[in-house]
Amino acid sequence: MSAGVRTTCPYCGVGCGVRVEHDDDGVRILGDPAHPANLGRLCSKGAALGETLALEGRLLAPRIAGRETGWDEALERVARAFGESIARHGPESVAFYLSGQLLTEDYYVANKLMKGFIGGANIDTNSRLCMASAVVAHQRAFGEDVVPVRYQDLLEADLVVLVGSNLAWCHPVLYRRLAEEKARRPGLAVVVIDPRRTATCEIADLHLALAPGSDAWLFNGLLCDLERRGAADRRFLEEHTVGVAAALAAARASAAEPAEVARRCALPMESVQRFFATFAAAERVVTLFSQGVNQSTSGVDKGSAIINCHLYTGRLGKPGCGPFSITGQPNAMGGREVGGLATALAAHRRLEEPEDRAAVQAFWGSPRIASRPGLKAVDLFEAVHDGRVKALWIAGTNPVVSLPDADRARAALRRCEFVVVADCFPDTDTAALAQVLLPAAAWGEKSGTVTNSERCLSRQRAFLPLPGAARPDWWMFCELARRLGFDAHFAYADVHQIFAEHARLAHGAPGRVLDLGALADLDAAAYDALEPLHWPVGAGAPFADARYAHRDGRARLVPVEPRAPACAPDAQFPWVLNTGRVRDQWHTMTRTARSARLNRHSPLPYLDVHVDDAAELGIAAGELVSVRSRIGVLVAPARLGTDSARGQVFAPMHWSDAFASGARVGAAIPAAVDPLSGEPEFKHAPVRLERTAVDWYAFALLRGRIEPVPAFWWARVPAQGFSRYELAGTGRPEWSSLARQWLAPSAEQDWMEYRDESRGIYRAAAVSEDRLEGVLFVACTPQSPSRGWLEERMTDGRLAPGDRRCLLNGAPLAQGFEEGPIVCSCFGVGRDALKVGIAAYGLVTARQVGARLRAGTNCGSCLPEIQALLDGQS
Amino acid sequence: MSDRHAWQRVCRWQDILPESGVCARVGERQIAVFRAGEHVFALDNLDPCSGANVLARGIVGELRGELVVASPIYKQHFSLRSGRCLESPRHSVRAYPARVLDGSVWVRARRRLVVVGNGIAGLRVVEELLAIAPQAYDVVVFGAEPHWGYDRSLLSPVLAGETEAEAIELHPRSWYVEHGITLHAGDPVVAIDRGRRTVRSANGVTVGYDRLLLATGSHPVRLDIPGAQLPGVVSFRNLGDLGAMLDAIRPQGRAVVVGGGVLGVEAAAGLRLRGMSVTLVHRHAQLMDRHLDEEAGRLLAASLRARGIDLRLEATVDAVLGATAACGVRTSQDESLAAELVVTAIGIRPNADLARSAGLRCERGILVDDTMQSFDPAIYAVGECIQHRNTTFGMVAPLWEQGRVCAVHLAEVGVSRYVERVRPVQLKVSGLEVFSVGRIAAAQGREVLTLRDARRGVYKRLVLEQDRLVGALLVGDVQDAPWYLDLLQVGRPVTDLRSTLIFGPGATPAAAGAR
Ligand SMILES: Cc1cc2nc3c(=O)[nH]c(=O)nc-3n(C[C@H](O)[C@H](O)[C@H](O)COP(=O)(O)OP(=O)(O)OC[C@H]3O[C@@H](n4cnc5c(N)ncnc54)[C@H](O)[C@@H]3O)c2cc1C
Ligand code: SF4
Repeated sequence: MSAGVRTTCPYCGVGCGVRVEHDDDGVRILGDPAHPANLGRLCSKGAALGETLALEGRLLAPRIAGRETGWDEALERVARAFGESIARHGPESVAFYLSGQLLTEDYYVANKLMKGFIGGANIDTNSRLCMASAVVAHQRAFGEDVVPVRYQDLLEADLVVLVGSNLAWCHPVLYRRLAEEKARRPGLAVVVIDPRRTATCEIADLHLALAPGSDAWLFNGLLCDLERRGAADRRFLEEHTVGVAAALAAARASAAEPAEVARRCALPMESVQRFFATFAAAERVVTLFSQGVNQSTSGVDKGSAIINCHLYTGRLGKPGCGPFSITGQPNAMGGREVGGLATALAAHRRLEEPEDRAAVQAFWGSPRIASRPGLKAVDLFEAVHDGRVKALWIAGTNPVVSLPDADRARAALRRCEFVVVADCFPDTDTAALAQVLLPAAAWGEKSGTVTNSERCLSRQRAFLPLPGAARPDWWMFCELARRLGFDAHFAYADVHQIFAEHARLAHGAPGRVLDLGALADLDAAAYDALEPLHWPVGAGAPFADARYAHRDGRARLVPVEPRAPACAPDAQFPWVLNTGRVRDQWHTMTRTARSARLNRHSPLPYLDVHVDDAAELGIAAGELVSVRSRIGVLVAPARLGTDSARGQVFAPMHWSDAFASGARVGAAIPAAVDPLSGEPEFKHAPVRLERTAVDWYAFALLRGRIEPVPAFWWARVPAQGFSRYELAGTGRPEWSSLARQWLAPSAEQDWMEYRDESRGIYRAAAVSEDRLEGVLFVACTPQSPSRGWLEERMTDGRLAPGDRRCLLNGAPLAQGFEEGPIVCSCFGVGRDALKVGIAAYGLVTARQVGARLRAGTNCGSCLPEIQALLDGQS
Repeated sequence: MSDRHAWQRVCRWQDILPESGVCARVGERQIAVFRAGEHVFALDNLDPCSGANVLARGIVGELRGELVVASPIYKQHFSLRSGRCLESPRHSVRAYPARVLDGSVWVRARRRLVVVGNGIAGLRVVEELLAIAPQAYDVVVFGAEPHWGYDRSLLSPVLAGETEAEAIELHPRSWYVEHGITLHAGDPVVAIDRGRRTVRSANGVTVGYDRLLLATGSHPVRLDIPGAQLPGVVSFRNLGDLGAMLDAIRPQGRAVVVGGGVLGVEAAAGLRLRGMSVTLVHRHAQLMDRHLDEEAGRLLAASLRARGIDLRLEATVDAVLGATAACGVRTSQDESLAAELVVTAIGIRPNADLARSAGLRCERGILVDDTMQSFDPAIYAVGECIQHRNTTFGMVAPLWEQGRVCAVHLAEVGVSRYVERVRPVQLKVSGLEVFSVGRIAAAQGREVLTLRDARRGVYKRLVLEQDRLVGALLVGDVQDAPWYLDLLQVGRPVTDLRSTLIFGPGATPAAAGAR
């Protein structure tokens, strides 16, 4: 076993430290006890990281139009496309669309290239879809995008309010730490504010299932209530803030009375009052908010409404207090630090401030500097669609799945003159639309830094060699820069040099909390050995001194006028579609779906429907439902329950065309965005539900792939050594030949089939050398045989002796029916069958046995044995 | 009914002391009448061991759960019910019907039952009768074959060398003796005088009967083609045929089996196992066409071919070749097949010759009603010789029930009617499991479930009608046959079992629950 490498989990914004050890069986993934984010814990996704490392299915060489080629040709091609577009149509005709999963160094280089050398600001990221609203809310309140809370604060609070966050599934380790703390200290109150009952509610003392999108009324109401109770921190407000009067006025105008709040939020009056009272009474409060708040056309205002309450009571900058926007992605924060957003410049310097621009340009020594904000994600794809942006570089993200109005995003890429995608996998929905594919290094192969949700900067370290021609993203951007003629400014030998430059830049900006100056002089070895640390480096907690980055040093309370979601449900689209994550998948599943273990938790896309709504619509569990919005359709099997309120449905966001048909929630979500942050309204799309009439439902387990899938609907679940498909469709396919095609590519395989034609049932299984190679089960309705037993057979090496007989049953037979020596050979009745029969029918004499089970009625030579069985059972 | 067989009052109930006996005279005989608990019994008074008329003075008691009287001389125990001697069955005595009515004890002389046919059906009636009314009849059995009764259906395993010829005997000689049954083996009955109620045998034995049971079985259908009479042409019906076949077996021997039904297939498989080269000639495209569907027929054919049996399907035999003995056959496909042994298995025909000549109503077989009675109330018939509600029989299973029903009526101990039920067919060739029952063809209103597993050689076909199982065909895996048969015969709706029906009883929700 090697000494082990300490690195960071590449999934959620908790940013857990990971220890990787190599042993004979491959790598072992362990939590890093020394990392402050997780103190040794890992969630299921993190723990399964080892299962996502296989090179199977990886993109390992550049491709042009599907043809593999070398880096030179590919990069030449990219550089030519970008160069020509810039020359002919200006710097705004090109764009980078990046990912919150890139490392800070990747981001830094891309941002520098775009803003300082190409000269535009069309560089945006999928973080836009995640916490852009919080960024703006922070900037409005504090003058800088600073998260003024650390995980430790949650554990020191008297009250944790979780707004629009399914922490249990989306940030499992942090949730566990909170749950453990609550178990230790029951006085720690937890309030969950979420239209949906989620796993997080398990630790909640109070769950407010408010009407979707009504958060701002609730927090405005809270502000009024705090005022009524005299809970203001007068001194703090006077000395360190502005805008309290206007904020209060706006709050009063919209939510003066708890009764009004209850009405607006569709909550019981007691719940509202209990929440207000709890909030007022708790000395230390953390309000953690996430996508449920951010992904809204009024996401910035909702964030502000929350921050207002903290400012009003002076509850921030102190232990156990503060508004806490938690990020979804592992390095959204890093991207924000370097300015990797169309609306930022670099290192928390502002694009709109001439001094900041001058300072950055001087630092970079760049020929130009972007002077106005670039296109935010949704606008960017709109510009791609209408041809303003002609060359687009997409790195580490799958916008065709994750953007709202995803079909339009797809159409945009189809129309785009030049799309280059850098990814680890060639088969993402987005990669399919690229002219040039660049093989990116994956987690485990990359080195650099990330910053998690609590501003904790930690190293990601490589522990695997770069496979094939894969390269880190920063290298690709440097190569592009070189080919565009800026090589002198991008001659980085390694990530350390990039980081050092970034740290130098992130220093000395007046009033900014972000200051990495202390890290600028790390040498390569020190950088390599860097322990996790929080910024501001070497200073106290942000805002402990109550100094803010606005010029006057004061924080702002922002008046919030609550707005309903952009699209209201109406007669035509009466339901509200909500979206989110499931526990064991990450984003569009390009990585997590490679882990059979992770696929077990929630293997299929689904639509949560309230049982009563389902009954009204005639939808049975497992049946396909089409969810139609004004712009598109999403199809998924129904899961009936009561987690979603009546009139609301929930669909997980992860599924892409690579794993299911018509399950991209993005396709049904209109591209309505927050006017300030540009963040889309993912949590509130008016839709219409319909039971989808299909003629058959099927599932298949097989070693290969079904391509193309001849079904109206399908989903693929990668599993250990095989794939599971769920399918549904119309018509009467010739199952037997399909099954042969899918399950038994080689002739030696042997074959079994079951049919019940009038019920539309068809089942087949292929076996080779006692190994199950695949099954296909078809029926007219969603099928009951659990896939579990068959899946185990697919994973197990060999079929056990009794297995074969029950393969098409999809479940083992009851004890006694499988084997057992034959007793009555005339009628082929086995001993165990006799035993079961004797017991089942209460048989006493051999004659009765004969009459019931036939045994012994022909030659009778087995009668003594039958008698012995009878004697033995009595 | 003659006086001889009328119930006769012998004494009053209280004339007999509890748990003891008295002697009475019935016709010519001395009869010992016993009182045991609430019941009366009657036995011959003559003790066969001592030759003295003493049994009435014996002590009544119980031995091994049976009411007995102990002979006062040598202390042997005789069953009060059947007269059987527990120590030495050879020395059993006769029992007589006895009953208590209006405070009096009545005894009746035994009547005579003559059974024609020493096969399964006839003997089954006797067995049942012995079980329910051992005192009722003196039984005389005539058998045309020179053997003790044997189970014909086990000829196939004997041919295949899987069963010893001795093992197929239905009862040992001693059984007849112990039960006082007179057997005339190798002596067929040639005439019935229904007026006098006598039968006459080929050897000239004439026996009177009170009841006559015809169980004469069936004739194999013979080929009606040139050469069919030649030595070397045998059917597959009895031990004689079997002997002829076994005699014909020699290394490099060649046989042709004509007829691809159950019997033909078993004959072919058996001969092949004995090392013969075998060609099976079958009229239809599909073997066992009455019981299998096309696919099962294909599987069966493939499996026979795999055993080295040549098949000629959609072919008949037009002639048996040979001058003094068979040396081959010519088929309708104009092919000559060399063979020293030609086995015909082209069907059976009820053997109603004797009944017909006695003027009993016959069609294809002897017509019987639901009690197995023929048109002559003194004559019953069971087995392959009968025609019941337009059905004739070719298998063992229905005979069990016919035997039971017939015995109940002969014993006059209740009512019972024979109801024809769906009967399964099963091939007795080891490694070639085939089970078929009911209606297996597809038709309007029928639903068909199939399961195939080629490598295991398994094919299952279940046919439902109105949610009830009406047919089942199992090839290669017949373990669940009894279950299907039960479902089919009981006629229970299988709605709740439908989804797992083909996987057998072990897959039912109830069984799965017990798992
Ligand atoms: C080779 C073979 C294999 C078989 N396998 C099976 C099987 O697997 N399963 C199954 O269910 N069935 C099987 N059968 C059929 C089964 O054996 C018969 O259905 C059954 O034996 C019929 O019984 P039975 O008593 O009616 O007729 P038989 O068994 O034919 O008995 C009738 C007897 O009466 C005698 N007899 C005829 N006329 C006279 C007369 N005038 N006087 C005195 N005696 C007379 C005959 O010689 C014969 O011995 C098989 C039959 C054969 C030949
Ligand atoms: S909580 Fe987040 S960062 Fe931690 S292991 Fe899980 S996915 Fe990774």
